[in-house]
Amino acid sequence: MSVAMKRKTVITENVEIAKDIYSMWLNAPDISREARPGQFVSLYCRDRSKLLPRPISICEINKEQGKIRLVYRIAGEGTREFAGMDAAEDMEAMGPLGNGFTLEGKKALLIGGGIGIPPMLELAKQLSCEKQIVLGYRDITFLEKEFEAYGKVYISTEDGSRGTKGNVIDAIREESLDADIIFACGPTPMLRGVKAYATEHKIKAQLSLEERMACGIGACLGCICKTKEVDHHSNVKNKRICKDGPVFYAEEVEL
Amino acid sequence: MNTSVTLAGITFKNPVTTASGTFGSGMEYGEYVDLSRLGAVTTKGVSNVPWPGNPTPRIAETYGGMLNAIGLQNPGVDVFINRDIPFLRKYDTKVIVNVVGKTTEEYCEVVERLACQDVDMLEINISCPNVKEGGIAFGQDPRCVFEITSELKKRAKQPIIMKLSPNVADIGEMARAAEAGGADALSLINTLTGMKIDIHRRAFLLANKTGGLSGPAVKPVAVRMVYQAANAVKLPIIGMGGIASAEDALEFIMAGASMVAVGTANFINPTATLEVVEGIEAYMGQYGIEDINDLIGCVK
Ligand SMILES: Cc1cc2nc3c(=O)[nH]c(=O)nc-3n(C[C@H](O)[C@H](O)[C@H](O)COP(=O)(O)OP(=O)(O)OC[C@H]3O[C@@H](n4cnc5c(N)ncnc54)[C@H](O)[C@@H]3O)c2cc1C
Ligand SMILES: Cc1cc2nc3c(=O)[nH]c(=O)nc-3n(C[C@H](O)[C@H](O)[C@H](O)COP(=O)(O)O)c2cc1C
Ligand code: FES
Repeated sequence: MSVAMKRKTVITENVEIAKDIYSMWLNAPDISREARPGQFVSLYCRDRSKLLPRPISICEINKEQGKIRLVYRIAGEGTREFAGMDAAEDMEAMGPLGNGFTLEGKKALLIGGGIGIPPMLELAKQLSCEKQIVLGYRDITFLEKEFEAYGKVYISTEDGSRGTKGNVIDAIREESLDADIIFACGPTPMLRGVKAYATEHKIKAQLSLEERMACGIGACLGCICKTKEVDHHSNVKNKRICKDGPVFYAEEVEL
Repeated sequence: MNTSVTLAGITFKNPVTTASGTFGSGMEYGEYVDLSRLGAVTTKGVSNVPWPGNPTPRIAETYGGMLNAIGLQNPGVDVFINRDIPFLRKYDTKVIVNVVGKTTEEYCEVVERLACQDVDMLEINISCPNVKEGGIAFGQDPRCVFEITSELKKRAKQPIIMKLSPNVADIGEMARAAEAGGADALSLINTLTGMKIDIHRRAFLLANKTGGLSGPAVKPVAVRMVYQAANAVKLPIIGMGGIASAEDALEFIMAGASMVAVGTANFINPTATLEVVEGIEAYMGQYGIEDINDLIGCVK
């Protein structure tokens, strides 16, 4: 049987760490045992009128305690339901899902934008090379202090309230950061910018993508991204973000 | 206790299959359920050449249901024959292949390619609402239903199931047209055409604007249509639309379906198919039903 079964987990902590941003720890030994940075879990709502599982990235893994951490933003009714849950309550979850990041490189640039920041934390922890961490926010910052233990942190905010005014690419250019590998997760326009930057500077880049999902395991073909070459599974230029991704090399995908 | 049913001369160990497009070719869900426990696996629609499908977003959740506009992405019949049929044949289950095309010729080509293959039945999808040509266009006019059914019947070596659209005024008329064309069985319902608007972005949620509604929200409509089709024709029927439990499945069986298919429920519960199989057995035990066939169409 697959390790990614749908199972009952128990919330051990669920707290608001910034406006509308929550940090949740789940007691989920089976998930934490298998989990890698960049993978995600599917969370199920209790309100059964909301059928589909909500994909949320794994932010931290504590294998010793059998726990995983998720950091999520209230984006609609499902995440609002999660935000209202307390420690000791059950949470149905399936995972770990997806491929996750490949740990590689000597000098890395970790780039997170908005709610794409959480998965970079476990990556920062597990990546042993030199790390520069660039975090992009609209205005309110979160998690930035936790990154400081793993590398030098650079911040950009759209309103200029902290760090570089602008986006993550503006911060990278301002600080003239270089690297032999980029890891990035964030909104598609940011990933497009990262891809362009990586191509221009001939830096290898792993990008974590996002799309609306139904099955989360590669069966429904709901969550595809366009690829440069014909994919061997689909036999067309589409890959499944939930199963073949969410992490892809920049040159593989069309954004 | 007998749970086996026979449709068009093919015997299935139990009346539960998967709804096309919700289960791939069984590979992914095969990690969650032993495919040999299912009466049959019904595969994603397959066309003569690979189809890339629609742009994203392809999925939108709605109250108690979901809209999809996958656009019949599939790897084409060659890859299907070389990869998916051998995979499914490793299991002790029947294989129903869902067939799509843009023109009658394309449907015929796929049916001919599958004629010499080791598959048990063909399900002809003339009811997909998410492609511009073909699909539903064939399923909304009784003359077209009759004509494509009779063309395919001439070429098919396996029994054919015509999959009907709920997006019609009179389902009985379509069922009779398929029967007159020589269909061996019917399946219904495919999805109901729907739409969702994101009021914050003031835009359609799906790139395709419209999508097919499925899941628990459509079940009462599906049960009604299965009942009407069962009363219109003598053909066996595979009923589907919102089935998530054995109780749901039994409603379809009592309305006249000889088999049932589990679709959207797989996304919510990867072992839903198995739970339906086991729940039907439990129900039969509870009420002392010896033969599942005694329940088919028992509510008149
Ligand atoms: C691989 C992956 C990882 C993710 N990781 C995180 C994370 O770590 N933290 C976080 O806050 N968010 C993350 N998201 C986004 C998160 O899934 C959505 O914000 C969430 O599903 C919204 O659900 P809702 O019910 O609150 O919103 P609603 O808008 O009410 O949801 C309606 C439907 O749309 C889907 N949906 C809405 N927004 C998105 C979206 N952006 N991406 C995918 N599906 C969406 C929902 O799953 C649901 O099916 C991730 C998405 C993906 C695909
Ligand atoms: C994501 C998705 C893909 C589908 N793809 C197909 C398909 O390829 N061919 C087909 O005949 N029906 C397809 N359908 C329709 C289902 O087979 C079924 O008729 C419908 O969803 C109703 O059943 P349900 O409510 O149990 O899902 C698809 C449905 C969904 C949700
Ligand atoms: S969500 Fe079904 S294939 Fe990715």
